[in-house]
Amino acid sequence: MFIAATIAILVTMALTLARALLGPTLFDRLLAVNSFGTKTVLLISVYGFMTDRPDFLDIALVYSLINFLGTIAVLKFFEFDDPGSETYQEDDF
Amino acid sequence: MIDWIVWAISWILMLIGCVFIVSGAVGLIRMPDLYTRLHAASLTDTGGTIIISLALILQSVFVFGSAMAAIKVMLILFFTLFTAPTASHALAKTALLCGQVPVGTDGKPILDSPEEATLLARSRPADYRSGQDAEQAKAEGRARQARRDRKGDGH
Repeated sequence: MFIAATIAILVTMALTLARALLGPTLFDRLLAVNSFGTKTVLLISVYGFMTDRPDFLDIALVYSLINFLGTIAVLKFFEFDDPGSETYQEDDF
Repeated sequence: MIDWIVWAISWILMLIGCVFIVSGAVGLIRMPDLYTRLHAASLTDTGGTIIISLALILQSVFVFGSAMAAIKVMLILFFTLFTAPTASHALAKTALLCGQVPVGTDGKPILDSPEEATLLARSRPADYRSGQDAEQAKAEGRARQARRDRKGDGH
């Protein structure tokens, strides 16, 4: 079961990576990278169960958080050319 | 008996989850423009993660007998449920703000120009395309843009 799931996730990651390389715009690439990160979390979890070492879940947990932060940071960089910018305004959202 | 049932259920869940994520990746490759790709990828990301996590939770409780592993999988599920839609939303919003125009079902852009996409991202009304709020939305977007330009000069 875990082997089948691992193979399916690896195929998914390959397709996602293809989109990241092909992607006509920056946002396509970023979407692909974000999706790739989510798949990595799943892969690490499933691989941990496959090798009877569920401890790998800690790594997956950290990776899911880092993935989110990375995506948001890069998006903010695209939007403001500067991740530390303070030009967010209350009425922007 | 219970072993057999747990294996069957987690096999089925795992299989459905794999179908979800693989179809999401195929959508990511084959869809025509950014926003449709975003739709394919984000929905299947969340759905596939939920279903595969359920399978893993079943496995960790009944096969590995480890409650800690189940709690960790639940935490991963919890974080993913919060972060994946947030990231997709931020991505769509930033893309619109940077002037990516969505393509309609007939293959033509549904907005006139990238500037209009930016204005749309700055405006609030949700039914912008229905027509009645379009002018108001554009005006509001322009006002926000102007305010922002004034304040943003410093950086």
